[in-house]
Amino acid sequence: MKTVFDTSVPGREGVWPEKPRTEPVDFLPEGLLRSGRPNLPSLSELDVVRHFTRLSSKNYGVDSNFYPLGSCTMKYNPKFTEEVAALPGFSRLHPLLPQLPGGGDMASGALEVIHETERLLCEITGMAAFTLHPMAGAHGELTGALMMAAYHADKGHVKTKIICPDSAHGTNPASAAIAGFDVVSIASKDGIIDPEALAAVLDDQVAGVMMTVPNTLGLFERHLPRIVELCRKVDALLYYDGANLNAILGKLRVGDAGFDVVHLNLHKTFATPHGGGGPGSGPVGVSERLIPFLPVSRVFKDEAGRFSLRYDYPKSIGYVAPFYGNFGVVLKAYAYILRLGREGLPRVSEYAVLAANYLRKRLDDVLDVPYNRTCMHEFVASAERQAKRGVRALDIAKALLDKGYHAPTVYFPLIVKEALMIEPTETESKDTLDGFVADLRDILALAETDPAAVTAAPVTLPVGRLDETHAARAMEITDDLG
Amino acid sequence: MPYIPHTPEEVREMLDVVGVASIDELFAEIPDELRPSGLDLPAGMTEMAVRSAMEGLASKNRTDMSSFLGGGFYDHYVPSASDMLISRGEFATAYTPYQPEASQGTLQAIFEYQTAVTRLFDMDCSNAGVYDGGTALYEAVMMAVRHTRRKTVVVSEAVNPIYRIVLSTYTKNLRLTLVTVPHAMGADDMAALARAVNAETAAVVVQNPNFFGVIQDFTALFTAARDQDAVSIISCYPVLQTVLKTPGAMGADIATAEGQSLGLPLSFGGPFLGIMTCRKDLVRQMPGRIAGRTRDAAGRTGYVLTLQAREQHIRRQKATSNICSNQALCALRALVNLCLAGEEGLIRQAALSIENAHYAAMRLSSIPGVRLLTPDAPYGNEFSVLFPINGKKVARALMDQGIVPGFPLGRYYPGLENALLVCCTEKHGREEVDRLARRVEKAL
Repeated sequence: MKTVFDTSVPGREGVWPEKPRTEPVDFLPEGLLRSGRPNLPSLSELDVVRHFTRLSSKNYGVDSNFYPLGSCTMKYNPKFTEEVAALPGFSRLHPLLPQLPGGGDMASGALEVIHETERLLCEITGMAAFTLHPMAGAHGELTGALMMAAYHADKGHVKTKIICPDSAHGTNPASAAIAGFDVVSIASKDGIIDPEALAAVLDDQVAGVMMTVPNTLGLFERHLPRIVELCRKVDALLYYDGANLNAILGKLRVGDAGFDVVHLNLHKTFATPHGGGGPGSGPVGVSERLIPFLPVSRVFKDEAGRFSLRYDYPKSIGYVAPFYGNFGVVLKAYAYILRLGREGLPRVSEYAVLAANYLRKRLDDVLDVPYNRTCMHEFVASAERQAKRGVRALDIAKALLDKGYHAPTVYFPLIVKEALMIEPTETESKDTLDGFVADLRDILALAETDPAAVTAAPVTLPVGRLDETHAARAMEITDDLG
Repeated sequence: MPYIPHTPEEVREMLDVVGVASIDELFAEIPDELRPSGLDLPAGMTEMAVRSAMEGLASKNRTDMSSFLGGGFYDHYVPSASDMLISRGEFATAYTPYQPEASQGTLQAIFEYQTAVTRLFDMDCSNAGVYDGGTALYEAVMMAVRHTRRKTVVVSEAVNPIYRIVLSTYTKNLRLTLVTVPHAMGADDMAALARAVNAETAAVVVQNPNFFGVIQDFTALFTAARDQDAVSIISCYPVLQTVLKTPGAMGADIATAEGQSLGLPLSFGGPFLGIMTCRKDLVRQMPGRIAGRTRDAAGRTGYVLTLQAREQHIRRQKATSNICSNQALCALRALVNLCLAGEEGLIRQAALSIENAHYAAMRLSSIPGVRLLTPDAPYGNEFSVLFPINGKKVARALMDQGIVPGFPLGRYYPGLENALLVCCTEKHGREEVDRLARRVEKAL
């Protein structure tokens, strides 16, 4: 398909504002002006609408396809929340307004949303306070790591290390490193953290331990109480990566369990759309002892019920974002939480876990499942058996695309060979799950009889497998390069 | 059960397959003492009730005022087709395009976005975007630190003060030194900036137009930086970039921007879009996603995420950044908006904003006792104005009358308590500006 630049016709009228009376050169010296035009497209409104509508048809999304992408919680995104976020009272609100005298009162609805969302997230997780500033999960991790560093610095500790299990998301070690820590990896045992392996590396240099519960294998960390105890001994903080919170809503409050820092992914658990890679939102919750280090600004509610922004927290790590986070995303999550309420949220986890176990049981005879016990919201299968016949996890993923499914997460976590990480979520019907099982079983049967037919996939999509080596070498990353 | 499709019969069948009697058995591994008895939350509400509650909250925000508030975040007109296109579920409900064959829509759009912003800024390369203009600037500084292996960064005080505070939050832990060069009555102090750059400098960071609205040419400064092998970083304003001398023409190594003005709602500060572009020799230091063009075995053109060896899911703690999202839908919105307005539309938007701001500056500065902060300096759609009284007082008086006259600079610049930063876009007609001027005159 042609690029939007290829379809441009110089002079064609778009959605133009009126013609100005003046030109920039009437006000600005020529030396400060651009020497030529920027070579951007000239298209009619219909040209643009048609181009992007056609582009959209080349995408799989939750609205059009089952999307069992492990660790990503691709659940249905309720549409009414889009309208909520687009209300002019929110969408037209300038972020600097509350910094003006009296401006806080003029943005009090927005400040109330922030305050209430923080309060509800505290109740859901058992944490003492939240910040909504981080703009994605990885940004939340970095914020959390910075707060852990600030906590230890404040206590006069010299701590240089953060421990991550080998099953951790790649962002965990990357965020810890960017906050200035050395990263120590520990090996899992039976798919979960081995307290002995942890104890062996847990010295007084350790600032914190980053974990996911359930972990990336979809397994509950059974030694959690012991891990908490070990961390307390050396004043190492326990960090919870909330990527998998969809498994434990109303079943485990991580604050009660002993975690000190938590980041959530509103775009996963709280049903805001992923947008093809953002915008997300990665709020961070903390236990009582970390409250002084939260980023500023913070929303304050006085006794009269008035909301204002406060910046006077001397131990705060500072600003992790210019304003108050991805407020438009927070609005959608807040509306979702209100909609589901105290009965609805635990139900999310109940049916997410039921769906994952159902798929696991319906597939564990045709795929290896290395840790084949009750899983939580997802499970990790392995295509090692099929790989011996030349059909790898990636091939199965591509064959699923041909059948109209988005593929599971492949080759992650790193500790399972030929991993296929499957997360169905609570919003998919039994019919959809059964259809997926039938089609996946067909693919696996075909892998036995005609492996080449599977490795040729996909054949029904706009393009077949793409040459990534060529892409990296040619480096054609704009229409003008390469 | 909202958003859960299962009937009781289906649940029974599923439980039977799993081999448990109840859903609760599936949570048996969680120790009883850690199981909450319930969540102390409000009861669930109908869609209608939630919408009504949210409408109530929205109505508490004053967004009906006549506003001249900018500071890097601008209320430009957004064509209606833009909302319609980006809300398509195929775009909005997709994940990061890890399966390129089923994500060509997102990938080609990122490629087109990269092309558009590199053309706008006259730079070689762009990534798919980062969180916002502030984090883009921080990531640019980190690119320079990695590239030069130096630890001192020279920043002009005329760079958005909020971005400078964000920068200091991140650099504190990495023991980088930020050298801030004071502004000279709203203009960048070019001589002092050039003097501050030496053989220890990783990067020099400036903004155009600067926070006070002043437009400058940084070519000489960037040449001086190059002589010291330091990286030149410029943060700019995409809409005005259609008419202003480009970062590329000035010799910048990295150009970043807040992309909000390209059709994103103000939305109380986010989601926005961090634009990052650079010269070709720095691309391997660039964080975030990058889409590249390639082909399949049949020779068909397609797009993939490329140069992934920089990223955290491959490199873990050795990655260029921990960023793994790109505000993709915001980048798409910027691209769509840019296509709908087109080259001519964007140039008109810039020219009208500049025209309106110059009219406003003329009207305000002809009020007795009022003058521009930097009288002889060129400016675009935003300017700083000095009153005989505290700018906060002026703001307060006008806000009570439904006008937000601008941003009081004293908040971030001690000594400039009497100054307001005033912005115009193509939306501000002469009548609105006249009303502003009349009310200001009365308030003094």
